[in-house]
Amino acid sequence: MSAGHALLGLLADGERHGYDLRRQYLRRFPAAKPLAAAQIYATLERLLRDGLVAAGATERAGGPDRTIFTVTAQGRAELHRWLSEVEVPSEYVANLLSMKVVLALLVADEKSAADFLRRQREAHLARMREHTRVKSDPDADLLRVVAADYALNHLDADLRWIDTTLQRVTQLAEEIRP
Amino acid sequence: MTTTKPLPTSKPVAGDVISARSVVKSYGNSPALRGVSLTAARGDVLAVTGPSGSGKSTLLSCLAGILRPDAGEVRFAGRRIDTDNEAARSALRRREFGVLFQFGQVVPELTAQENVALPLLLSGVRRREAMTAARSWLDRFGVADLADQRPPQMSGGQAQRVAVARAMVTEPEVLFADEPTGALDTLAGEQVLDQLMRVARDGGTTVLLVTHDAKVAAYADREIVIRDGMVDGQSTSQATTSVGQHRIHT
Repeated sequence: MSAGHALLGLLADGERHGYDLRRQYLRRFPAAKPLAAAQIYATLERLLRDGLVAAGATERAGGPDRTIFTVTAQGRAELHRWLSEVEVPSEYVANLLSMKVVLALLVADEKSAADFLRRQREAHLARMREHTRVKSDPDADLLRVVAADYALNHLDADLRWIDTTLQRVTQLAEEIRP
Repeated sequence: MTTTKPLPTSKPVAGDVISARSVVKSYGNSPALRGVSLTAARGDVLAVTGPSGSGKSTLLSCLAGILRPDAGEVRFAGRRIDTDNEAARSALRRREFGVLFQFGQVVPELTAQENVALPLLLSGVRRREAMTAARSWLDRFGVADLADQRPPQMSGGQAQRVAVARAMVTEPEVLFADEPTGALDTLAGEQVLDQLMRVARDGGTTVLLVTHDAKVAAYADREIVIRDGMVDGQSTSQATTSVGQHRIHT
């Protein structure tokens, strides 16, 4: 998972400070492993160094100073590049697909999210074909077959989610951007 | 093991074996297909996928000549077949097509060998020759030992292998398979599919595989997705980067 891209996505609709980003992250990705505060600030420092975000005014409201961050044009370009990039299907279940859909809906539109899901479906099915060829080979040993089975079932689970989400994307768009 | 094709048939087909152009089919006022086009060349293994009720089984039935489309064209080896009468389409199915359903629809009163021999017998092949061919096809699918048993004595996987052997015994140009392993457990289904695909690919048979299961679709070289009676997209074994590049006409 790319914490940097997640923060860029959450900054895309307006300026935020680190604490607010952490709250937004929890709200937008409730099933994701929470980002520690230190990780958020370290990631923001890196984004700042790379010119992907800019630091603005400092806020103080009954607590420590809080620096406001905004996404730069370069950061926005990097975010869109990342959002349009098909993920190489992993052998592990990853919530990255769900996150991309949510962020695509936040920073772009329903069509972008649906297009991503369709292209991701193709990438998953292409990988499933590769595993199927491996396990269908009459000379394949059982260890390879069992390993291919594992990968196939995980990819199949993702693919079912992709199909279901494609059916729900209109409703999801309305819920995220009422 | 090799078998000789016991039926007189056309020469191997070059180019598109089966094609549909703008096929429309409705059941009463309910449209099932709304202008579907596709082509499959000799030896293609094509998965037709989509949600329940999307029209994929209706598409298979139109392509196999089981149903006549309301509009559009279906061609086999370049020749239009949707305008043929039922007798001609039935003869075509016996000689050039194999059809396989989720439940193999083997005849419970016949032995496995008689079931497999049936398409040959219906096409006029002599009984002795048909039974010999049936035995060899049962052997290819690993169920020769069931030759004298009847379907009620078999497991689901065994009965489906008999059904697969029956669908392939005429060495069809095109095999139409509608959820062929949908009634089997995962392992039995995989074994049937592995054998079926090996035999089909070895023989250059074109396969149209209707399924809602991605793990079954992954056996195919190409996928066509049907949604609401229309082609929603397709993908191939090659790397895919853009849906737009792979959309086909509807």
